[in-house]
Order: sequence, then structure tokens, then C-alpha cells
Amino acid sequence: MSEIVVTRVPHKRSIPFGQEAAGALSIIALGAIGYFLYPDDLAFLTRLIGIAFLVLSLDLVTGYCGVATLGHAAQFGVGAYAAGIACVRGIADPVALLAVGVFAGTIMGLISGALITRFRGLPQLVLSIAVGQLVAALANKLSWLTGGSDGLSGITPGKVFGIFNFDMYSRTAFLFSLGVLVIVFVLLQRFVRSPFGLMCRGIKDDDLRARMIGVSIYPRLVLMYGVAGAVAGVGGALTAISTGVVGLDSVSFERSAEVLVMLVLGGAGHLWGALAGTIIFMIFEHIVAAANPFHWMTLVGLLLILIVIFAPRGLIEPVLALFARLKRKGSAA
Amino acid sequence: MSDLLEARAVSRSFGGLQVTCDVNFKLAAGDRVALIGPNGAGKTTLVNLITGDIAPSEGQFFMGGDEITDISIPDRVRRGLVRTFQTTRLFANLTVADNVALAIMQRKRITRRFFSSATELPEVRAEWSEILSHLGLDRLAYRKVIELAYGQQRLIELAIGLALRPKVLLLDEPAAGVPHDEAPKILEAINRLPADIAVLMIEHDMDLVFKFARRVLVLAAGRLIFEGSPDDVTADHEVRRAYLGSYADARRAT
Repeated sequence: MSEIVVTRVPHKRSIPFGQEAAGALSIIALGAIGYFLYPDDLAFLTRLIGIAFLVLSLDLVTGYCGVATLGHAAQFGVGAYAAGIACVRGIADPVALLAVGVFAGTIMGLISGALITRFRGLPQLVLSIAVGQLVAALANKLSWLTGGSDGLSGITPGKVFGIFNFDMYSRTAFLFSLGVLVIVFVLLQRFVRSPFGLMCRGIKDDDLRARMIGVSIYPRLVLMYGVAGAVAGVGGALTAISTGVVGLDSVSFERSAEVLVMLVLGGAGHLWGALAGTIIFMIFEHIVAAANPFHWMTLVGLLLILIVIFAPRGLIEPVLALFARLKRKGSAA
Repeated sequence: MSDLLEARAVSRSFGGLQVTCDVNFKLAAGDRVALIGPNGAGKTTLVNLITGDIAPSEGQFFMGGDEITDISIPDRVRRGLVRTFQTTRLFANLTVADNVALAIMQRKRITRRFFSSATELPEVRAEWSEILSHLGLDRLAYRKVIELAYGQQRLIELAIGLALRPKVLLLDEPAAGVPHDEAPKILEAINRLPADIAVLMIEHDMDLVFKFARRVLVLAAGRLIFEGSPDDVTADHEVRRAYLGSYADARRAT
């Protein structure tokens, strides 16, 4: 039997928080590029960051736990509506509004998780759509609260930390969103490597095996859904705060489907995959839609087909493989 | 001392088909028992009944005197009832170290920690590296399971079993699908299992059975038709008729 011998000795603990620092710095660098090179597009980039939270959130349940869902916008939308309604009803502090969004998203996540993770496979997928549609229908019907199909408007948050006003160029909104993204991303990096996160990946691989080492799966998946709900709630609240409106699109089926596409595009099961997928999809859509408003969906479709053919596990996989090869070369030299 | 595991009049039928029929047996600490029988005799069904994967239609299971018939799979594992699978069921996309570490962390109740690096927790690391070197797998610790040869994967099944510190270990054909020259490695690993645990092994390979077992249970058409020492089993008329036939003759001839 041929057997590749790996001489990589169980490494000593590398630089503490090295990965987290790298993650934070990379996001800040990307943000700086956007801020300084594209000052006219900050409103778009802020929206991109908002969606990135939703894709990260979806990654937690789909990429890390293997839950199939086409209703994930519910968590995002509930966070957005909660923050928006709170703002209209008198809470002005952006950080407090963020907390409202997180809270609402968490509750929504726990409820969705309790329903959806009871099942597996196709029933699970159908149930996730049903939950999503239910939330969308409620957002439409409860128009006294949500503004219904007109959307919820008049969201005018106060200054961030009482200092920075939201300006018409979206500078404050962008920097505020970017700061929150850095914090959440770093926390998630720790989270997915934790014993809890590792166990979720195990459950995704083989849930019977997980039960056979003594794991009760259901409560774990519900808990993970709660965390994912919190992350999506952040995105929803940020979007409500920065755009000043919340529409039915934020809970729509299209939103759920689109973020799933972004996740698959970037690479499910990697936080960087979620982020890369969001950035590439949204920028591509932004540019192509501006250049050719009538056929942009066709081009997006073509792009997706190409990526699925050439990088079926997402764009992040070849990049990671390259890193791994470089690392091996580095340790061999 | 009460028995570690007891099956009392266990039956199970699927529709009209009786797959397990009035099975009784006991396992005590230190037992090394082989469960043999022809294909379709219901051996894996019996293991699934014991672990709680399927519920018996009638009868009960006891561990250390407590009835466990109605408790969940994870709760049985927590009581020390551990199995391996006939076809490997591992966390294929995780590393070998992670596979074993998960079992250890689950046993130690630390998988609810949210913010520490899992595999490198010192107390966990020390244990998985010991288990892996015990099984000669230490060089493969950071390889993904999916990249490994089948024989190595079988050893990881055992590693996970060991990491759970079982009182009763059920091995479902631990050498199935392993290349013949690697089977001794599996047997060696089994022989080095902690002496005080009870081991029940399903196995087709009679050589392995005779090297391992001090007691043999023979299952045919869902019934236990024989219980006794390995030497008696080849002599038993009914067993030969039901199952062993050719093998017993071959053994006598050589």
C-alpha cells in the first residue's frame, strides 16, 4: 500500500489570534480600497456589507451544518423590520437599533431552527421555504406595523456614538457597517473553530455518527440557527439604518435564493467563501446591470454556470488549495 | 456484580417478517464475545437494537441493572455503550485528529464551548495523540479522513470507539473490506482494547473470530441457536448445518 507520509509535526501553537488578526486586517484593507477608490459607490458597498452578513449567516447553517434552506431571508428581514420599527417608534441610537436587530434575528433564528432542523433533505427545504413565505406574508399583511407593500420608511437614526452623523454620501454608514463586519467576522472565526463549531461540521458530515458518539443533534442545530439569526439580524438592522427604508424585498424568496447562490459561488463551509461570493456576485451584478440593464440576468446566469463547472465547490477552494501548496513548499524548503 | 449489558427476550419484526426472535444474552466486564451467523441472520439488526437505532417490538435491554430499552442513542453512549459500523461512518471531511477529538470532547462535555480552538485544547490534544499513536495512526493526524485507505479508516473507527471510553463496545465487522494483509493490524488493535470492557464483535472472518473470542453466539434466522466456547462451536451439529459447514470441514482437513 502506498501511503503519503506527512512529516508535518503537530505544530506548536502558532501566533495567538493570528488568523483573527489576518481576517480583520484583510477586511479593513478591502474596506479601505472601497472607501478611497470608489467614494461615489459607498451606498452600494454599504448594501453589500449588509448582504454579506446574511450570506455569512447562511454559511453557518448551510455550509457548517448542512441544513438546506431557501428561506433564510426571514432572519435578515425580521432584523431589518425590528430595527426599522424601533427607530420609527423613537429609538434613535444606531447601536441600540443594532441590538434590537440582533435580538429579533436571534428569536427568528431559534424559531426557524426549531421547525426546520426537525427534518432532513427535501422536507427540510420545503419547510424552509414555507417559513420564509410565512414571514413575507406577515410583513405584507401587518401593514399598520411594517408599511406593507409600500415599505417601512421614515427611519432616521441618530448619530453613531453621538458623534458621527449619517451623511448623504454614506460615509458614516459604510464605516459603521465595516466596523461591525470586522467585529462579527473575527468572532465567527473563533466560533467556527470552537468545539461547538467543529461538532457542527461533524454533524454535517454524518449525523448518525455524531449521535453514536453521544451528541444530541437537534438542540445543537437550533442553537446554531439562533447564532445565524443573530448574524443575519445584524445585516438587516444595518441595512435598515443605512438605507432608511425596509421593503418586502428584504424578506423575499428571491433574496433567500440569491444569497444561496452567492454562498455556493464563493464556497460554502468557509467564512471567506461567503464573503468572496457576496463581493463577486454583487459587484458583478452592479457593473453588468449598469452596462446592460436588459440582459444582466443572462450574464449572471452564464457566470454561474461557468463557475459551477470549473469550481464546483466554490471559488475559495482553488485559492485554499494554492495556499496549502505554497505552505507545503515553504515547509519543504 | 450485575452484567454490563443484558438482552432479555428481545424480538423485532418488520411488517410480518420476524428479524430478531426471543434473543437473550449477557455481557460481563472483560467479555470477548463473537456474534456469528449466515448473511441475513439479523446480526446488524441486533446491534442496531442494542444501540437504540431501532426499537425492539418486544423485550428489554439492561445496562448494569438499569433498563435502557427506551432511552435515546446519545444517552446510551453516555452510559458507555459504543459501537463501530460495518461500513465506516466517519466525519469524512475532518482530519483524523478532529474525528477523535470530537469524541473526546463529547465525552468530556466540552463541545458547548464557543470560543476556543477545538483540536488544540491541551487536555484533548494529549488524549487524541495518545490514542492515535497507540493505533499507529499518529503520522496521519492532520490528514482528512476521506484521503485515507480503507484499512486506516477502519482503525479510526476503533480510535473513536476508544476515545469514548466504552464499557461495552460493539464491533460490527471491524475487518470488513480490509485488505487481507492488513487484517492483523485490526486484530492487534482489538486485542489491545482495555481488558475490563466487554466487547461484542460481529465477524465473518472465522480466523479472526477464533483468535479473538472466548465465547461465541450464533445467530440464525433471528434466533440465537448456540452459545459456547469457540472450540465447541465447530463441533456443534446445528451450527454446522446452519452456517459453518464448509468452514468446519476445512478446518478439520488442515
